[in-house]
Amino acid sequence: MSIDIDTARKVAHLARIRVPEDHLPALASELSNILTFMEQLNEVDVEGVEPMTSVTPMRLKRREDVVTDGGYPEKILKNAPDAREGFFAVPKVVE
Amino acid sequence: MSLNKLTISAARDALAKGDLTSVELTEACLGEIEGAGALNAFVHKTPEIALEQAKAADARIKSGDAPAMCGIPLGIKDLFATKGVATQAASHILEGFKPEYESTVTQNLWDAGAVMLGKLNMDEFAMGSSNESACYGPVVNPWKVDDRQLTPGGSSGGSAAAVAADLCLAATGTDTGGSIRQPAAFTGIVGIKPTYGRVSRWGVVAFASSLDQAGPMTKSVRDAAIMLGTMCSHDPKDSTSTEIAVPDFEAMLTGDIRGKKIGIPKEYRLEGMPAEIEKLWENGIAMLKDAGAEIVDISLPQTKYALPAYYVVAPAEASSNLARYDGVRYGHRAKLAAGEGITDMYEKTRAEGFGAEVQRRVMIGTYVLSAGFYDAYYNRARKVRALIKRDFEQVFAQGIDAILTPATPSSAFGLGEMADADPVAMYLNDVFTVTVNLAGLPGISVPCGLDAKGLPLGLQLIGRPWEEGELLNHAYVLEQAAGFAAKPKKWW
Repeated sequence: MSIDIDTARKVAHLARIRVPEDHLPALASELSNILTFMEQLNEVDVEGVEPMTSVTPMRLKRREDVVTDGGYPEKILKNAPDAREGFFAVPKVVE
Repeated sequence: MSLNKLTISAARDALAKGDLTSVELTEACLGEIEGAGALNAFVHKTPEIALEQAKAADARIKSGDAPAMCGIPLGIKDLFATKGVATQAASHILEGFKPEYESTVTQNLWDAGAVMLGKLNMDEFAMGSSNESACYGPVVNPWKVDDRQLTPGGSSGGSAAAVAADLCLAATGTDTGGSIRQPAAFTGIVGIKPTYGRVSRWGVVAFASSLDQAGPMTKSVRDAAIMLGTMCSHDPKDSTSTEIAVPDFEAMLTGDIRGKKIGIPKEYRLEGMPAEIEKLWENGIAMLKDAGAEIVDISLPQTKYALPAYYVVAPAEASSNLARYDGVRYGHRAKLAAGEGITDMYEKTRAEGFGAEVQRRVMIGTYVLSAGFYDAYYNRARKVRALIKRDFEQVFAQGIDAILTPATPSSAFGLGEMADADPVAMYLNDVFTVTVNLAGLPGISVPCGLDAKGLPLGLQLIGRPWEEGELLNHAYVLEQAAGFAAKPKKWW
């Protein structure tokens, strides 16, 4: 499977990483190489095999659905690049 | 002998006898760190915290209530959240981040009285095998045989270099595809990745959640046993942390492996494998045989597909885990031009904050998870992963106790030597180690010899799930038989 420039642009956008137009050809060829490497997996007969979901057979633990933590917005906001009045601040999202 | 050169076990015994204080030990390490800038291993130093913890440890030792790790100075990989101390996974995107919380593993270590010397360099977000993707610049391997600077391996390269150069008694590492075992082999130290679920992942910056495990990097197998015991715990904050008793691993180092069955997988005999690696492996087999173990030829037929399966699963999980770095809650945010909106902020922030290898893996992960390709790549890789795990289950069902393989396909290579290589060529470093992560098994790298250039080489032992004690005992036998005592000559 080879990735063309349009696909590379689309993937970069889906990943929310800005890639300048003139870098797209190199990116496309790099991603294509990696995908070619992955295509060895097509040689394996996986008929009837369940995809692995957990490393050891286990059921994820459940706990009571109650509040166990919280109440410290100042700690949550402490590392924010922009926080105002107890909220994370971002550029305008809704007009 | 300088105090910083001590092992954990020797320091513990000297501390208990009162021959030594943790403050003396800590000061010795801090002094070495100051003189080792050329290695670029410690990237955030915490001498004030270290001395405060050392004083507290000395008081605790005096009172007679001291666990094994009490007073032992450690280096901590930059991937572990340490409260109030810079934690940035060697990435620009986490520049300035100081967590308001402590990872469970480091908390377990501090609760046992261990001392934090500082944070250690690594590959950005633990993605790499040479420590060259770090935002701090590469770590330099203390081993040097000509005028080249060598890689300490990765991603736990700072941890490996710091332990090998005696800047600390031991260090924490993490291993997603070989990130503890490969650097341990490149620097002549011991590194163990425990069974998935043995150690809590809470507070460890996530790379690939179904593969990540933390473990100790130490100067001896005994030290690995001691430190691993302290790092392990059941943690309700990590839903995959398993509720299983933690045995006294050190007490399990009996040196007796008579009658144990050691599997030698034929698929690990790679075409074009250097003769020295082959020889090292043969030597290791002879050592375990001499110790009374039975050597059994085994087959792990899907081995060849482990690397491509890993490089689908790990980037897929990484693309999801790294979605959180968006410039909103912590770390770097790009400056925006007038009229730019929130999507511009995400895209610019991530382009500026992530290095080339991280961007590459996030995009590969995004692609294999995207509509139309999910089944062809991601689901197929997960099915292959199930088959790889089944390979191991079948040999363990045959009665195999441990599997012996080389740890790496070569000794340490020069920094920059892989710069123009295909990314896939770098991925081949993990060829012997990724299978273990995919199957969730414990694996340990033990230094077993030097190559013709004089660089360390390691062998890997792979154990049954949850049998770290047995595995460490096998490693202990190998360590005793190999008698590896070489140290890098100080040039830094």
